[in-house]
Amino acid sequence: MSKKILLEKINVPGIKTYEVYRREGGYASVEKAIKAMTPDEVVEEVKKSGLRGRGGAGFPAGMKWSFIDKKSGKPRHLVCNADESEPGTFKDRYLMEFLPHLLIEGMITSSFALGANLSYIYIRGEYMWVFKILERAIAEAKAAGWLGKNILGSGYDLELHVHCGAGAYICGEETALIESLEGKRGNPRIKPPFPAVSGLWANPTVVNNVETIASVPWIVNNSGDDYAKIGIGRSTGTKLISASGHVKNPGVYEIELGLTVDEFMNSDEYLGGMYSDRPLKALIPGGSSVPILPADLIYKTTNGEDRLMTYESLSDGGFATGSMLGSGGFIVYDDTACIVRNTWNFSRFYHHESCGQCTPCREGTGWLEKVLWRIENGQGREEDIELLWSIQSKIEGNTICPLGDAASWPVAAAIRHFREEFEYHIRFPEKIKNRNHFVAEPFSQVKHLVTKQTI
Amino acid sequence: MKVTIDGQEIEVEAGTTILQAARMIGGESVPPAMCYYSKLKGSGGKCRCCLVEVAKGSDADPRPMPKLMASCVTGCMDGMEINSKNSDRVREARESVTEFLLINHPLDCPVCDQAGECDLQNLSFEHGKSKTRFIEEKRTFEPEDIGPNIQLHMNRCILCQRCVQVADQLTDNRVHGVMDRGDHANISTCISKAIDNEFSGNMIDVCPVGALTDKTFRFKSRVWFNKPYNAHRECTTPGCCGKTTVWMFGNEIQRVTGRKDEYHEVEEFICNSCRFDHKEVSDWVIEGPREFEKDSVINQNNYTQKLETVNINTEEGILKGRLEDRKKISMNEIDYDEKIDGEKLNSDK
Repeated sequence: MSKKILLEKINVPGIKTYEVYRREGGYASVEKAIKAMTPDEVVEEVKKSGLRGRGGAGFPAGMKWSFIDKKSGKPRHLVCNADESEPGTFKDRYLMEFLPHLLIEGMITSSFALGANLSYIYIRGEYMWVFKILERAIAEAKAAGWLGKNILGSGYDLELHVHCGAGAYICGEETALIESLEGKRGNPRIKPPFPAVSGLWANPTVVNNVETIASVPWIVNNSGDDYAKIGIGRSTGTKLISASGHVKNPGVYEIELGLTVDEFMNSDEYLGGMYSDRPLKALIPGGSSVPILPADLIYKTTNGEDRLMTYESLSDGGFATGSMLGSGGFIVYDDTACIVRNTWNFSRFYHHESCGQCTPCREGTGWLEKVLWRIENGQGREEDIELLWSIQSKIEGNTICPLGDAASWPVAAAIRHFREEFEYHIRFPEKIKNRNHFVAEPFSQVKHLVTKQTI
Repeated sequence: MKVTIDGQEIEVEAGTTILQAARMIGGESVPPAMCYYSKLKGSGGKCRCCLVEVAKGSDADPRPMPKLMASCVTGCMDGMEINSKNSDRVREARESVTEFLLINHPLDCPVCDQAGECDLQNLSFEHGKSKTRFIEEKRTFEPEDIGPNIQLHMNRCILCQRCVQVADQLTDNRVHGVMDRGDHANISTCISKAIDNEFSGNMIDVCPVGALTDKTFRFKSRVWFNKPYNAHRECTTPGCCGKTTVWMFGNEIQRVTGRKDEYHEVEEFICNSCRFDHKEVSDWVIEGPREFEKDSVINQNNYTQKLETVNINTEEGILKGRLEDRKKISMNEIDYDEKIDGEKLNSDK
């Protein structure tokens, strides 16, 4: 049984309300931080904890906090990135919906550590009901004296606002989020300057994911060293995983980092194995933007070691044999899934969500989608696989923000690991026209058609 | 601080970007730029044409930068070493960007008013390919009237956003901007407003392609048939320098633009009155003909030397050849009694 840090009290009736949350020990970290610690000590605890950003990139949170420019004399801000829009990722929604005060407690403690007097939670537009839950929780916290002027008589002031975005994936990128929060079009900014130097309103700003901020209260209450003892190696603490796809028990799980993928997939405590007991075909471990893994690379690394739910183990061997932990959007496919259709679907998403600011992403994502659409609909040409590979390689690394990479990696990984399926689509268009191809006839049964003659 | 670009060292001040340093050196190391415009604040970084390879970060941190960097927004560091023209990665990236820019850009140069002055044409000439791999239907937009002076041809737009920055920085109330997202992002006015600000015409000058063209000049002439002259007038519009280039066909001024430097950026912005309303020769003090880069299309009409009669040496040979052909075809001089093998045709043998 994994240790629970974030979801420890999730089953307490009424934990959404301030009274119950407070009765269960809520806001203790704010009391401890403001009364017994200096801001720098809080930052130090977070550094010691080894907490890494839970939004996807996995950058050490304490280090990010220490970059904030304290010498400029400008106001500082903490912005919570609640623009959860990655297909397959829905963990932050769970946290905010059922434990809104945990996030607010984390926001207050973190804001105190950063010396921020004005903080924001930027939430995606589609989470309107969560927006209302957070607004209510903020009002409750303010009424109880945890927000506003002179918190706990310490002289520390903090205003906290929830800002609802208009529903754009790109606004989850920290600089685009800041632009959007300033009321502008959600286009990523060119870095440097980084937000820690010039962020919201050109003031020093830290942007952290919901889960990252929600982890701070436990760290302050229990110490960074205790947090670092959970997990394994540089992947410390726990992680929320939102599991979906062809598994028996999809949902949001809190796991200790270091759990084996096998145990997470197959134990009854977690996903309970494959739905309908069909064979496992592929896995996306960290949300739609990370590379897909074929069945033979899911449970074991190329060294024959157990694949663990950690940043390091999931990325073992680079993209040739690994993937990323990313945002924890764990998507499982059985043998009825069509990888080509799945890749086209993701490509369609990234094409739709590209902001259009830089050339490779604006033009390349559209081109990728069009070629994938043709292949999936029986109009592919032999040269299209090489064309796809070429387009994705020209997008990757050449764009302003990581959306270009997010659009490129799934295509690259799909071709790398499932090239035969692309060939099958191109060579046997009549077999895929009913859109039921791998459900009626799993690819393992028709694989011999393409392996005998390679294009 | 010292920076080295393609092996050429130069000393620059702190805050200089790589592109600016490259322009100081000049020549082939200067990266192409479609969205950067030195006269507009905050421009650059979008088109990704000017990507360069930073082989050495600085003397303090000599590690190379893993990704290619946009030279127009990347500041120089002391001891930085940059590969521009010399790098295969850079060349490949520029070819990629050129290909991306062209997949949806209509190849209507023969009827485009920007032809001859188009930065995308120049980029394609340098980095483009003769064949396209894009077989899909090109993206198109509905025509839109954005005002009395400027014709918007959205299909040609490459979203450099220079025109938006002109409106932001030169005009009082910006009424246009970028709508939508991705490859359907487009330049448009907000709720069908008209762009009629006094400095709006500068949007035409900063547009690197033919997306924004001058309504008073459209289809009047190809630019290489015009003769450009530097001219000026006493303009009373605040903020207007009154220094322009007038484009003449015979004694007629067909078009007025700002004066552009070697990187096709206007030196100073001009008002709409100078640009659209003053088309009489008597309105201007003509300073003299403009100089153009040697390889410019416009230079084709720049007859600075006395023309001499051209002697076609091959003419005589052609005529001689034709004569022989004619003889062969008519067979006038062939002895009908003689077969080709030498035997008499009517021989008794």
